[in-house]
Amino acid sequence: MASTLTIKDLHVAIEGKEILKGVNLEIKGGEIHAIMGPNGTGKSTLSSAIMGHPKYEVTQGSVTLDGKDVLEMEVDERARAGLFLAMQYPSEISGVTNADFLRSAINSRREEGEEISLMKFIRKMDSKMEYLEMDLNMAQRYLNEGFSGGEKKRNEILQMMMIEPKFAILDEIDSGLDIDALKVVSKGINEMRGEEFGCLIITHYQRLLNYITPDHVHVMMQGRVVKSGGPELAQRLEAEGYDWIKQELGIEDETVGQEA
Amino acid sequence: MSTETKLPFDKEYVNSFSKEMGEPAWMTELRVNALDQAESLPMPRPDKTNITKWNFTKFEKHIVASDDYASLNDLPEDVRNLVNLESADQNLYIQRNNRPAYISLSKEVMDKGGVFTDIFTAARDHGELLQKYYMKDGVKVDENKLTALHAALVNGGVFLYVPKNVEITEPIQAVFIHDDKETNLFNHVLVVAEDNSAVTYVENYVSTVDEAEGIFNIVTEVIANANAKVVYGAVDTLAIGTTVYVNRRGVAGRDARIEWALGLMNDGNTVSDNLTNLVGDGSYGDIKTVVVGRGKQTQNFTTTVVHFGKNSEGYILKHGVMKEAATSIFNGIGKIEHGASKSNAEQESRVLMLSEKARGDANPILLIDEDDVTAGHAASVGRVDPLQLYYLMSRGVSQQEAERLVIHGFLAPVVNALPIEGVKKQLTAVIERKVR
Ligand SMILES: Nc1ncnc2c1ncn2[C@@H]1O[C@H](COP(=O)(O)OP(=O)(O)OP(=O)(O)O)[C@@H](O)[C@H]1O
Ligand SMILES: [Mg+2]
Repeated sequence: MASTLTIKDLHVAIEGKEILKGVNLEIKGGEIHAIMGPNGTGKSTLSSAIMGHPKYEVTQGSVTLDGKDVLEMEVDERARAGLFLAMQYPSEISGVTNADFLRSAINSRREEGEEISLMKFIRKMDSKMEYLEMDLNMAQRYLNEGFSGGEKKRNEILQMMMIEPKFAILDEIDSGLDIDALKVVSKGINEMRGEEFGCLIITHYQRLLNYITPDHVHVMMQGRVVKSGGPELAQRLEAEGYDWIKQELGIEDETVGQEA
Repeated sequence: MSTETKLPFDKEYVNSFSKEMGEPAWMTELRVNALDQAESLPMPRPDKTNITKWNFTKFEKHIVASDDYASLNDLPEDVRNLVNLESADQNLYIQRNNRPAYISLSKEVMDKGGVFTDIFTAARDHGELLQKYYMKDGVKVDENKLTALHAALVNGGVFLYVPKNVEITEPIQAVFIHDDKETNLFNHVLVVAEDNSAVTYVENYVSTVDEAEGIFNIVTEVIANANAKVVYGAVDTLAIGTTVYVNRRGVAGRDARIEWALGLMNDGNTVSDNLTNLVGDGSYGDIKTVVVGRGKQTQNFTTTVVHFGKNSEGYILKHGVMKEAATSIFNGIGKIEHGASKSNAEQESRVLMLSEKARGDANPILLIDEDDVTAGHAASVGRVDPLQLYYLMSRGVSQQEAERLVIHGFLAPVVNALPIEGVKKQLTAVIERKVR
């Protein structure tokens, strides 16, 4: 049975300031959702709150994964429950190789004594890296250290493909990618598509959605989802911008901290 | 304040000990004179650490009786992992407390005329060679009370000599085992690399007793003559309760290179003084140090590079992790003497604090008496970055595992520089144990 990630009336504050003001969203396994919206409207806040970023405080509402309370879980428990977040700004960790880290991540999902064999791991990593057209030496580089912007994004997708989560949230995975990299990253995401995989793509650009057709498109403003639709919504936003939605909803300033 | 100290061993004792060991007259004399000087010389004064209450001078035994190891299989578990048990053709010295307990010399070293032997045998059989370098250009007897006391009471150590134009390809390994609570060790390591020679030496100080009140007064001298290259690795893991003074000194001649990789993992109070004199033009010194402090120990790590030669280069990299209530001072000193033009002195010190009670200070110091040079330093004291932990945990690893990864990563640059795989693994395991 496909999994379901349910976000209900989510309110999130950072350093005492409320950023999300009641987000509702349901994603099922097999579905791809896209969230668009102007800068500073709460998209990254939503993804960070779902993953459990230490700075974000949930003040109201719920997030559940197949009925289980995600907000009760520690960050690592959320990940092991099946959530994955490709971060807008991935951390750099010196001295820890990409390969060692990924092996730890995979083994964290297995019982002691059932760890993935080194051979099997290397084979899987090599094949995913080849699929993403990455230099195989990147496996032995320190995690994200000195990676270019595009290399970091590709590395996030590599991690997703290695870990095979139930739900992936991809926060601006397309930012800073050249056109070839965009194709490769899209290829990786499409490869994951299936009944067992749900995805929330945060993006500013229709061009990514040309490669990955979303089932649902949502628009965020003022810390809420203010409009939802199908793939055609993204195309209209690309063509016309956000003004028509603001007019439709009577919004003057779309950033958070402003009330409708 | 008077620095007069009543020492536990007198002239007669030192004199007769030296004779009993069959030492040449010059060495007996050196010991006796040193004892004289030890009475009145001042204690060393490591910057920012007060050691006046540390006991370096009162102890019971100068020599403890220990047995040889009939075979490497009789070595304690911790030590077996360090050495290659299979190889018959290797360079390995094992000392048990004060006793040279095992030695093996490779065919390569013998054929090429190298010397690798315990310090007593060196004094007996290679007296003239030893005299030429022993406490001359490296550490001098009268630098302070502890160097003098060391010279008077040396009761262990090794001598490694690499002749001119000889390159020794296999690493030379020494293991100093501390398995008797009554041991007090005055260990002297002398490495001499003649012109155009090259050698890699790696040593371990290993306590197999859990706790002991012994005094460790260790002096290392590395003499790299013109165009020689010495790689020196060390991992110190002396037990809680010990009081350690370890003075490792390098002297690099023209175009010579000395590379240190030091894993300073003692659990007792420690003064670690590592100084490299870049004497010759074009000489090069590279010092990498890792430290993990825990418990209530107090430690001082002073790493100095002094540039005398023109175009000399010195690099210091120190990474320390402090947990519980450990206190450590990291002094890094780059000194460029007048005339050492076109030299470069770089240093970096990073300290990671794992607890509120731990203390760590990084003090980078540049002393420059020449205009035409380059120099730089970077220092930081900080905590594990919560965003790094969040990132790692978001992939499923537990907080404990995430911290472990960050700490190992932080210490990796030095661990990876250790030249023997077994020693590298052991250091990784020690770090694992200490940071848990
Ligand atoms: N640490 C913080 N302290 C104060 N305000 C913050 C903090 N982090 C985020 N915010 C504010 O929260 C609001 C939403 O930020 P968020 O990163 O969620 O926007 P976004 O929709 O992802 O924007 P973008 O498209 O530019 O990535 C912004 O106004 C931002 O300034
Ligand atoms: Mg964002």
